[in-house]
Amino acid sequence: MKNIILFIRQFFNLFLFLVLMISCLVILSNYNKTYQAVFYSKANEITGSLGKQYNSVEYYFELKATNEKLVAENAALRNNLLSSFDNPDTGYLQHRDTLRADTLRMIRRFQYLPAKVVNNSVTQENNFITLYRGSKQGVRKDMGVISPSGIMGKVVVVSDNYCRVMSILSRSYKPSGMLKKGLLTGTISWDGKDPRYITLEGIPKSVKVQKGDTVLTSTYSGDFPAGSMVGTIEKVEADAASSYFKLKVKTGTNFLNVQYAYLVENRLLAEQQAVESQTPKN
Amino acid sequence: MSSLLKNIIRFAVFLLLQAFILNKVPALHQFIKPYLYFLFILWLPFNLPRPGLLILAFIYGLCYDYLSGTPGLHAACCVLIAYIRPFLISILLPQESTELSYAEPSIKSLGWAPYGIYILILAFLHNSLLVFIEWMRFGDFLFFIGKVSATTALSLVLIFITEMIFPRKGKYRTNAA
Repeated sequence: MKNIILFIRQFFNLFLFLVLMISCLVILSNYNKTYQAVFYSKANEITGSLGKQYNSVEYYFELKATNEKLVAENAALRNNLLSSFDNPDTGYLQHRDTLRADTLRMIRRFQYLPAKVVNNSVTQENNFITLYRGSKQGVRKDMGVISPSGIMGKVVVVSDNYCRVMSILSRSYKPSGMLKKGLLTGTISWDGKDPRYITLEGIPKSVKVQKGDTVLTSTYSGDFPAGSMVGTIEKVEADAASSYFKLKVKTGTNFLNVQYAYLVENRLLAEQQAVESQTPKN
Repeated sequence: MSSLLKNIIRFAVFLLLQAFILNKVPALHQFIKPYLYFLFILWLPFNLPRPGLLILAFIYGLCYDYLSGTPGLHAACCVLIAYIRPFLISILLPQESTELSYAEPSIKSLGWAPYGIYILILAFLHNSLLVFIEWMRFGDFLFFIGKVSATTALSLVLIFITEMIFPRKGKYRTNAA
């Protein structure tokens, strides 16, 4: 016993080094699996408020671009209003029946929560965005996040007033997307190179794909409303080794100057997951 | 200014500089990432005991990880260079017991060439482990080689600029020595 203690004392620094190193790697590997780490929720509150201070300066430089984006989004929404449409034949008067023929009422599936982007990175291998909304305002883990012009990511860490979003500019986050033309689904990923472009894979070569085609979120992803904008195709590349395309997609969201985001709550997600988990496994 | 106060200020300044300035710079290329924050560990005083050095590096790395969003990644790299640092200093330091007269590693206390080697080796080790952990997850050997060399070169340039802008007077710890 005395020898063991002597041995440990002699190599105390080495042991301390090994202990600290292993605990770092354990924290890292746990985080990669569950996005939970020691004190992370508390630390998120502090780093979030730091980011908010920084953003209060940065925001002034992005005001013009932010305004333009919000106006563009407003215009798109106005174009979809019922009052924007008219009958070509003015002699024919159309009445809208205010009674629902069906006794089933509509159910709200998605609810949007506006949030200010207070911190954002585009230069790492896994990029994170901090939003000024937290569990006190109803944010929960795994909620989807979209910007006025495209999807952004999903919530991974929530503290009282801030939440941290893993953006689609992350090597380890792969949401599913689909081509608007033909509704074919594929996987969205990022290669870590350019924050303006992401990759869509899994679209068979038999489909005719052109530059400028729209990519939307697929009906399979529960985080985002199906058909949310992802981006437009910039370059069509045929993967020589397989029968699939490798499509370079320009992101709808400009991650370099995004300032506002919407958190999307899917109210039926819990029910969907409960049903899916009951499927018998062979 | 006392050594403790100076190092507390450095702790905060290096963290904020890395998180809010260097990380916001749009990257020229995937491989070229500016890393300067670990200079804090290289500039710590000679007389800090080794367990203290390791634990301080761990806390410092973890603080930066909370800011950047991947807990454990940078902490591991900081702990590695904090462990290697005393060995390097004992090799590189001139043998006329100058460790008693200077407070911390600098161009003055070590000399140009040994200080350059000290910075080069520790920056290389830090970036190698950082990229190695990323490489384990993403794969691609070219990524590993390219990113390690590019980030280390850029780190050296940044450290050189920092040394130019803030020349540290090689302050004597005691007059007697």
